[in-house]
Order: sequence, then structure tokens, then C-alpha cells
Amino acid sequence: MTGLRMLRIALWGAIGLAGVAFALISTGLLPKPDATPDATTASVKEIGGSFRLTSHTGKPFSDADVKGRPFALFFGFTSCPDVCPTTLYQLSGLMQKLGQEADRMPVLFVTVDPERDTPEQLASYLSSFDSRIVGLTGTLSEVDAMTKTFRAYYRKVDIGDGDYTMDHTAAVYLMGADGRFVATLDPHEAESAQIGKLRRLLGTSL
Amino acid sequence: MRLSILIAAAAATVLACAAIGTSAYAHEFKLGSVEIDHPWSRATPPGAKVGGGYLKITNKGTEPDRFIGGASPAVAKLEIHESTTTDGVARMRQVKDGLVIEPGATVDLAPGGTHLMLVGLTGPLKKGEKFKATLVFERAGSVDVEFAVDAMGVAAPVHSEHGAAE
Repeated sequence: MTGLRMLRIALWGAIGLAGVAFALISTGLLPKPDATPDATTASVKEIGGSFRLTSHTGKPFSDADVKGRPFALFFGFTSCPDVCPTTLYQLSGLMQKLGQEADRMPVLFVTVDPERDTPEQLASYLSSFDSRIVGLTGTLSEVDAMTKTFRAYYRKVDIGDGDYTMDHTAAVYLMGADGRFVATLDPHEAESAQIGKLRRLLGTSL
Repeated sequence: MRLSILIAAAAATVLACAAIGTSAYAHEFKLGSVEIDHPWSRATPPGAKVGGGYLKITNKGTEPDRFIGGASPAVAKLEIHESTTTDGVARMRQVKDGLVIEPGATVDLAPGGTHLMLVGLTGPLKKGEKFKATLVFERAGSVDVEFAVDAMGVAAPVHSEHGAAE
């Protein structure tokens, strides 16, 4: 191994660590003040794990379906006019740019509103986006368990006339092939930077 | 009470306009001292019951005005909502008291921030289509506008003559 190569790996490692810490803090997944390095490592390790849900095709979908592959995941709901379609649109664009490379990276859209988001509703909604995106729903307790596994926040908010909206964690999680949290995608970042992040996740670029 | 009368009147106006097939292709609308620039919306996925409406409102007058909402035959309700993402959590709330527009000020209703929430879509909004709406101001009264539907998920309007969104 050449000195230059080692330096490159060391630098990327440092950037990666800084990125993870920044992403966690900026997305509110980690507390801001006085988080010791030990606490940070422990919290990152706690993001992710086993889950059991139902896909938009009506089939069971669990962590076993993404085992050994890097994947992206975010929480939302279909009665969301603003943030969710924007994120799905941006992810679809990134997946199209990656082309076949993205076949190796499942992208999961997990509803936090399973009462309205049936598999049929998710299938209909996702028909407008990249066909590789998997919509996931389940019972209230299955979805609740999923949010806890990924340390995501959600809350049902009454908006009158019997209607409601959902508050939810907006981050796009990038998970490594080992099932561990790697980083979040920043929608404000240039598309080329986001593509670079996904390629590094896929292991096709340093 | 007064608000509901205004909205009912607005809805009636919209329906009347739709019936006689008035068409306006301009993207700017004026109502006294209130100027409205390019009302637009985004295509919605099938099955979506909600959408967003976006526009810029400028108060060219000398008195503050208040934008209080409106109505459209395309939706059950047209409300002012604010989206925020704070500490990584996305939230959306209705702006119940409306938006005050100070003299000389421009209010920008855009994706990711304050916007019009189209509640109860009668069908998917499709790119290239337009829909009518009436917007209601406390001082200036109500004005008929047309929303141009742009591509799904775009952050800013992409004029169709310049090519489609990616």
C-alpha cells in the first residue's frame, strides 16, 4: 500500500466520521451539547436493526430483504404535500443518475401514517417515482417499532374537521451493507455531492 | 363568520368564471395595490389528496393587507400552511390568522415554507394543466387567478417553454 493511498483512506475516514457526527447533530438524532465520543459511537450503533413491515405490493418486507446491501430509508406519508414528494422526486433523480448502480441499493419509503397509507395507497402514490423505491407500511405497532429502531420521531397532529397531519423525521438515512448507519443525505447539497455520497455507500468510489 | 361568507362568495365567483370559460394566460394578477406573481403548483402522484400552491404577493399600497385564503373548484379547501424542518423534524401547520403583507413587502409562498395547502384534490394535478382559484385579502378583497401546474417535486417553477424538469 502506497503512502498516498493510506493518506487517502485516512482522510476519507476522517471526513466520514465528521460527516456522520455532523449529520446526526444537525438532524437532531443526537443531542447537541457535551456528547462525548463514546456516547456518539454508542448512539450511531443504535440506529438500525431488525424490522418487519409490509411492502406496497402487499408482501412482507423485513431487514432480511436488505441484508448485506447498503440501503437508503426515509419516513413520510402520502398526505404530505410538500416535503415528501420533494424528497421522493430528488431521490428518483439521484437513482436515475446512478442508473443500474442503484439496483444494488434498496430505497425505502416508510409511512408514519399506516392508518391512511395502505399498500394500495402507497403503490398508487409511488407509481410517479422511480419504480425501484419500496413503500413500506404495517400495523400501528409495527410502524412504531420501525421508528424506534431508526430513532425517528413522528407524531399525529389534529388539524380540525377530523383531519390530521404528521410530524416526522425528514432525514434520508444511508445505511451500510452491515446494517449500520453511515450518514444522512442533505437535500441542500449539490446533486453531484449527493451522488458522490451514494457511490461511496455503494463502494464504487472512494 | 365574515371569513366564511367571503370564502363562500369567492367559491361562487370561481364557479361562475369556470362556467363561462374565462381564460387568462398571464401569470401576473392585480387587485388594487396587491400584485400576484406566477401562481403555480406541482403535479401530484395518483392517490394524493393534497397538493401545494405557490405564488408571490406584493403589497404596492400604503396600508398593510392580510392574505386570508381562498377557494378553488379543484379542491375542497384552500388553506395557508407553513412547513418547517427544525432539528430534523418536518412539520406543517395551518396559518390561521392569515399573512400580513406590509406596504412595499413581498410574501413568497414556496415549497418547503409557507404555501397554500390544497386539501381534498378532486383528481391528480397534471403538469401543464391550469386550475382556477380565488384568493381573498382582508383589505383588497378577492381576486381570480390561475395556477399553472408544474412538474412533480420541483423546488421552483420550470417554464414549460424552456423544457421539462429533469
